[in-house]
Amino acid sequence: MEKGISKRKPNVFKRLFFAFKNGSYATRLSFLVMGFGQIVRGQLVKGVAYFLFQTAFALYTILFGGRYIGHLFSGDLGRRVSGEQWNEALQIFEKVSGDNSFLILLYGVVSLVITCVFLVVWAMNVFGSRENDLRLERGQSLSDFRMDVRSLLNEKFYIPLLILPFIGLLVFTVMPLIFMVLIAFTNYDYAHTPPGKLFDWVGFDNFRSMFSLANGAGFALVFLRVLLWTFVWAFFATFTNYFLGLVIALLIHKKGIRLKALWRTLFVVAIAIPQFVTLLLMQKILDGDGILNKILGTNILWLADQRYFSLLPRLMIILVNIWIGVPYTLLMCSGILLNVPADYYEAARIDGASAVQIFFKITLPYMMHITAPYLITQFVGNINNFNVIWLLTGGGPVDNVYYGGGSQAQSTDLLVTWLYRLTTDRNPKYNVASVIGIVIFVISAVLSLITFNRASATKSEDAFQ
Amino acid sequence: MTGTLLKIRRRMSNIFVYALLITLGVLWVLPIVYLVYTAFRVTPSTGIINTLFPDDLRLGVSNFSRLLGDTMFLRWLRNTLLVAVSSCALTTVFILMVSYALSRLRFRLRRPIMNVLLVLGMFPGFMSMIAVYFILKAMGLTNSLLALVMVYSGGAALSYYICKGFFDTVPRAMEEAAILDGASQPIVFWKIIMPMAKPIIVYTILTSFISPWCDFIFVNTIISDRAKYTVALGLYKMINAEKNSFNDNFTTFCAGALVVGAIIVTLFMSMQKYYVEGITAGAVKG
Repeated sequence: MEKGISKRKPNVFKRLFFAFKNGSYATRLSFLVMGFGQIVRGQLVKGVAYFLFQTAFALYTILFGGRYIGHLFSGDLGRRVSGEQWNEALQIFEKVSGDNSFLILLYGVVSLVITCVFLVVWAMNVFGSRENDLRLERGQSLSDFRMDVRSLLNEKFYIPLLILPFIGLLVFTVMPLIFMVLIAFTNYDYAHTPPGKLFDWVGFDNFRSMFSLANGAGFALVFLRVLLWTFVWAFFATFTNYFLGLVIALLIHKKGIRLKALWRTLFVVAIAIPQFVTLLLMQKILDGDGILNKILGTNILWLADQRYFSLLPRLMIILVNIWIGVPYTLLMCSGILLNVPADYYEAARIDGASAVQIFFKITLPYMMHITAPYLITQFVGNINNFNVIWLLTGGGPVDNVYYGGGSQAQSTDLLVTWLYRLTTDRNPKYNVASVIGIVIFVISAVLSLITFNRASATKSEDAFQ
Repeated sequence: MTGTLLKIRRRMSNIFVYALLITLGVLWVLPIVYLVYTAFRVTPSTGIINTLFPDDLRLGVSNFSRLLGDTMFLRWLRNTLLVAVSSCALTTVFILMVSYALSRLRFRLRRPIMNVLLVLGMFPGFMSMIAVYFILKAMGLTNSLLALVMVYSGGAALSYYICKGFFDTVPRAMEEAAILDGASQPIVFWKIIMPMAKPIIVYTILTSFISPWCDFIFVNTIISDRAKYTVALGLYKMINAEKNSFNDNFTTFCAGALVVGAIIVTLFMSMQKYYVEGITAGAVKG
């Protein structure tokens, strides 16, 4: 019924322009005074709400936000350094509290987002008033408060549903993200930490130093090494888990195997122990003077051996991850295996296919078909798998030959753990961390786009329906 | 002849499978056994626990009494429960609302919103942690459990897709009939879709309830007051705070971990069926 309306409206700016050009005086005035167009037409509640909103926003801007918006648009992150200053008149050093670049930027972003929200509501106010104009021209009655509420519960039900989750998203995801993306264009690091020091815009310098080879200053090689390991890790972590999980699920589901529930439970119990506990436990077991060495009577640095590009720690990480991840894929695979249409197997058996053939020609393709999106999400998840690396090796062992150079990266670091170290280290480099965050975003975005295109391609394809 | 041969072959292969399952099963259970064993082990306070069998082989509950007596474990447990219950309630409600709107309702911004949510979900969470901390500080909320609840459920809208995938599979016929009978959208949402969505609701509740028990990174940045820790951070700090804390506290740590594990096991086992349905619903839909 509302399809006709929802089809292609002209863009917002055009609509605003026409609302002003063709609108009544009330609509034109509501460009300036929000809620005017509603109040003069008797829609008191709505009109007063708009007006109060505008008043609150005006107060906020004058008392607080306006200054920071100004800072943001003039590119000024503070000039006065706090510290001691010589006071000529009194002949003493005075303590001066200066600007805080961090807060200036943060409040700037917050004010910017609030302003955007205001603009949206403002446009709604204008369009509402214009709608009233049109209705009056057509001789229709205006909606009263009760009708507005009713429409919010029916054709506009999405508004009450979405508003709270979106406020949460705005405050805890969008604003922090904009802020951190902006940080990538500043020199905010341990040498420029407010209060006490200021930081400032540096354009693309951080990106340049991250991707350049300039002797000493560039991290390009370190970055490539970390990136390569991130991909190698994500690949092995995803596929070892997937195939082992699938194989164990198949073993449990094999005809003639008894106590299926018991076997499943045996593995699934591992899920129940919180990941950080298992990981800390494993870390202690594998430690240089940990229990594994005691049992084997050896002296191997399972998680800290630097030789061969830290091959041993890397292997151990993947092995431990198998222990952690397989129960999940096992659960999922055994859920799906029960759903493989029985006639596929029937047909194959009649044709005399062997067990191996059945696995490669039926089970595996079926599983791959259904779980392909899951696999790619897993892959992206593993690129960002912080816990496993951080708790097992902490990114280490430290390797100053291949990493180092002020990059603060270590041999088993993924991009995320590197990012985390850069922000929590004693000498933090927030700007570099932000650059890495943006890189991670680009990688995940590309991969997810591939998934979603694939998923929508397979949706129309009904190979297994 | 061939019949018996086949039988023997099948039996042989079954024995092989059993052997494999037992080996793997032992591998998976061993660390857990070690955890339980360490939790019940009686070690002198200065003892180094890095020996498989200590001189003192007795088992006892001294670690648990130390856990309850010397640490704030009960308080941490209470904090975590509080945070988990409230953030789980909020998260579940948020996810259901967003998924319902995006799956069942049709409005102009639906596609753009779905794309924006997808993009937002791809930034690593750690990246914005410091900014989140300062936003909370500006709100005067650092060192409070409320802040944790807000942070955990604030991003709920981002994980809408599993639930939306499930809603997409619920046939439309019934709700259309209800709307023709004059039911409003909230009624349809509450009376028709909710009862059908039970597996996905349980799945959402389960996953959002468990995550506060496992997160120590965000808690670590937001909360510095020991009395406000959650179990994850409390336990983590117990063996990582100082140089000696590992040897001093490892057995107590295991006792605490066992308590948390027991809670999650119970929850998980009772809801395992729904969990599988949830994962597979999400997997099929992507």
